[in-house]
Amino acid sequence: MAFMTLFIITGAVAVAAALGLLFARNAVYAALFLVLNMFALAVLYLMLGAPFIAMVQITVYAGAIMVLFLFVIMLLGAEQLKEDGGPIAWQRPLALVLGVALLLEVTYFVFAALGTGVRLLPPPEGFGDPHAVGLTLFQQYLLPFEVTSVLLLVAMVGAIVLVKNGRARAASSSEAGEQ
Amino acid sequence: MLFDAVHNAGPTFFHLAPLAVFIPLLGATINFLFGRRLGERGVASVAVGAAAVAFVVSVLQWLSLQGHHEAVTVPIVEWLTIGDFQVAWAQRIDTLSVTMMLVVTGVGTLIHIYATAYMHYDVRYKNDPRRYARFFGFFNLFIAMMMILVTGDSYLTLFVGWEGVGLCSFLLIGFWYEYDILGNPSTANARAAKKAFVVNRVGDFGFLLAIFTLFWYFGTVEFEGVFAKVHEVAAQHPNVLLAVTLFLLLGVTGKSAQIPLFVWLPDAMAGPTPVSALIHAATMVTAGVYLITRSAELYLAVPQAQAAVALVGGLTALVAATMAVAQYDIKKVLAYSTISQLGFMVAAVGMGAFVAGMFHLVTHAFFKALLFLGSGSVIIALERAHHPLPDDPEAQAVAGHHGHDHAAHHGEHDAHHAPFDPQDMRNMGGLLRRIPVTSWTYIVGALALAGLPPLAGFWSKDEILLEAKHLQPVVYGLLTAAAFLTAFYVTRQLVMVFLGKPRTEAAAHAIESPRAMTGVLVTLAVLSALGGFLNAPGVHAFGHWLEASLPEIETLPFNLTVAGISTAVALFSMALAWSLYRRVRAWEAWQHDPLEKVLGPGLFDFLRQAWHWDDFYRAVFVQGYDALAAFLAHTVDWRFWHDWFHDTIVAGTYRRLSRFLARPVDLGIIDRIANELAGSVQGLALVLRGLQSGFVRTYALSVFVGVVLMLGYLWWVIVR
Amino acid sequence: MVPTSFYIFLAALLFTIGAVAVLFRRNTLVIYMAVELMLNAANLAFVAFARQFEALDGQLFVFFVMTVAAAEVAVGLALIVTIFRTKHSVDIDAMHELKG
Repeated sequence: MAFMTLFIITGAVAVAAALGLLFARNAVYAALFLVLNMFALAVLYLMLGAPFIAMVQITVYAGAIMVLFLFVIMLLGAEQLKEDGGPIAWQRPLALVLGVALLLEVTYFVFAALGTGVRLLPPPEGFGDPHAVGLTLFQQYLLPFEVTSVLLLVAMVGAIVLVKNGRARAASSSEAGEQ
Repeated sequence: MLFDAVHNAGPTFFHLAPLAVFIPLLGATINFLFGRRLGERGVASVAVGAAAVAFVVSVLQWLSLQGHHEAVTVPIVEWLTIGDFQVAWAQRIDTLSVTMMLVVTGVGTLIHIYATAYMHYDVRYKNDPRRYARFFGFFNLFIAMMMILVTGDSYLTLFVGWEGVGLCSFLLIGFWYEYDILGNPSTANARAAKKAFVVNRVGDFGFLLAIFTLFWYFGTVEFEGVFAKVHEVAAQHPNVLLAVTLFLLLGVTGKSAQIPLFVWLPDAMAGPTPVSALIHAATMVTAGVYLITRSAELYLAVPQAQAAVALVGGLTALVAATMAVAQYDIKKVLAYSTISQLGFMVAAVGMGAFVAGMFHLVTHAFFKALLFLGSGSVIIALERAHHPLPDDPEAQAVAGHHGHDHAAHHGEHDAHHAPFDPQDMRNMGGLLRRIPVTSWTYIVGALALAGLPPLAGFWSKDEILLEAKHLQPVVYGLLTAAAFLTAFYVTRQLVMVFLGKPRTEAAAHAIESPRAMTGVLVTLAVLSALGGFLNAPGVHAFGHWLEASLPEIETLPFNLTVAGISTAVALFSMALAWSLYRRVRAWEAWQHDPLEKVLGPGLFDFLRQAWHWDDFYRAVFVQGYDALAAFLAHTVDWRFWHDWFHDTIVAGTYRRLSRFLARPVDLGIIDRIANELAGSVQGLALVLRGLQSGFVRTYALSVFVGVVLMLGYLWWVIVR
Repeated sequence: MVPTSFYIFLAALLFTIGAVAVLFRRNTLVIYMAVELMLNAANLAFVAFARQFEALDGQLFVFFVMTVAAAEVAVGLALIVTIFRTKHSVDIDAMHELKG
């Protein structure tokens, strides 16, 4: 029962944070709501016997990635933006209606397919701890792991090239303007 | 003796025979490719060297044939193989072909040497020294082609050489293709070359028909094969041999300038004088005589053809001699004389006197080459005196000697007279004292031509007359008359050119030619004087030598009557000419030819215009052809074919059809379909382009709608 | 104990909210965050099924998803910065030149 209670509370927090992201006027708030949502998900991961993933969720996602988001928001000064109106204002209510429709369909499918019969007990000893994850990662998934390093390198190079080129172009255009 | 030693030791040089073709070819190639870089001395060395090597090769062939006179065949390459029909390029070395080789390369080498000096002046007078190398390239090419002609062992190979020398003749007649004979800008020389080429085509047409006929009835074109079948074919198809021999005769009249195709040779004098000497006097034009001699087996089987050949030769000899007496151009006289002498040879070989014909060919090559080269020397002598070149110290000295005289004379010339013609005999006179070597050698050649004993021309001509008296009395009459005229025009020319006093400044200051030219003249003069003893009565070395290559022929013994008559005729004719022309010695300016007074202006002009033979051809063939071409072009092609058939019938019908297809069919149906289709696609696109709004979120919305609809459909499927 | 379907339902709910947010908001940065939310919802489903079937592969897949998300965020934010330099705005509706 304690598990159920904990699930309901954390789930409610996660949903509330998600809705906060949806409706927050300020982008900084939206980011902070997302951080909250991620913490809630980390708790759920712990409940599901994935302590390693939970830690990664907090350090990488809530920590590094969201900090990067906040940093960019601050850098661009784009926290305030008029959200309603605009050329395609008509699709906002349509999006809400479609969202509700999708939720109804998914709810039907989830409960029709899984039911509520399968109850998740506390995990067996050692399931999902860093030791087990590490063994699987470096034995079974060694090649994909190495490939992700290449992917990250490419992303890094790409980001640098994009930003650098933009700067060079801005510089040259400003020079042209001076002339 | 040397010959016996060679014979006994047994070395033969037949395998070297192809060099006679390929060395001159190599020389020509070198001069064509690198001539401009070699300089005149280099070009001359290459050309003369190549010709001399060919001569040495010919002499080696002669040595190899000593003692055993059988023909030797030297294969060079397989040429044509069509089924059973095979033609190889092989050389036939026998006494006949070696005779021709020796004449062509021997006289050819001498003329090459002469030309090295002559062309030195010629290219400078024409202001194009760079053409020197081209001349010698053509000259060597000619030697190579002539070697192919005389050594070919089949009619087809002979024909290749025949055409090759024709090409060289064309190239060299038109060597100064942008000038006329006086050096003025004109197309005259080019037209002369074209005329020679076209007239020769008519003869070649006959030669080709002969080859085709031989191929059809004999199945081979090789000499051995053809001769072996003569009697067989003569028995089966009596007229075939007559056709072949007459077709060959047509070819001979073209190449050897006989009636009716001789008209090209006088115009061929447009080429530089060494060309006239080598090609149009000594060698190429005698190819026809060689061809008939080579085909002796064929001709001996058809007496009618022999008579025709002899008659053509005799008539040509006489007619051309009449033309020669009325010419003023020093080279034109020699040209008509050459035609006439070729007539002697053709008449001789025609009536079966092959040895006499070939003998006259050899002696004629000596003295006619000498005369042409002498005339070239005279022309250059006058040209140098008239118009000294800056790099010609000898001429400059003469010009300085008569300095103001010449200048005044020159100015007068330019102001009041036609350009100075160094070939016109009326501009000469008294050259004997100015240019003695040229003059004396020329006189030797001229007397040989006139047939005075003991010079070469006497022996060979006498032999022809002797045979003619025996074989064809009519031809004997024609030839005797021709001999009379020959002595006449020779004397006329000698008097006009060398005796009397100079009639122009240029003649008065003529300059003797350099040693390269006079040396050749002296050599040829010696040959012209002594060459007759090759076959003099009692010696008959030439006759015995040739017998190996010819069917059996009887040789007539020397007849004092015939020799006496011909000598008497020549002397009488010379005396007549002397009495007519001796007053020329005192002439100051030219008015009328004495002969014109005797013959009357009409007849003299008729002879001078070569019996209006050219005008006749122009009226009948050229203008007829032009009229036919005009009719075909204007009436048949333009009016009927183009205007009526094409424009009215074809184009009109097509236009109507295309109008129908264009308006109702294309615009009404096909275009309409395409336009309607395009319009509807365009309308649809106008509607659909609204979907492509550019808003990313709208695209995301459409994805979302798709997901919701798909899941809804699945739900509906499951529930149902 | 909590049934698997509850976790999956929660994941679906979060995913829908994320998707609606993508359609709803004009701030490009917030749209990016909504995409992250959707990824997280998918991760939750992975982890839940990994627990149900007691297989670690699900968790490792989440690990790889996170790596890819990190790469995506790096490039995406670089793009946003570049666009901001020319447009001086992060309004996604301002970028609609690519249209028919």
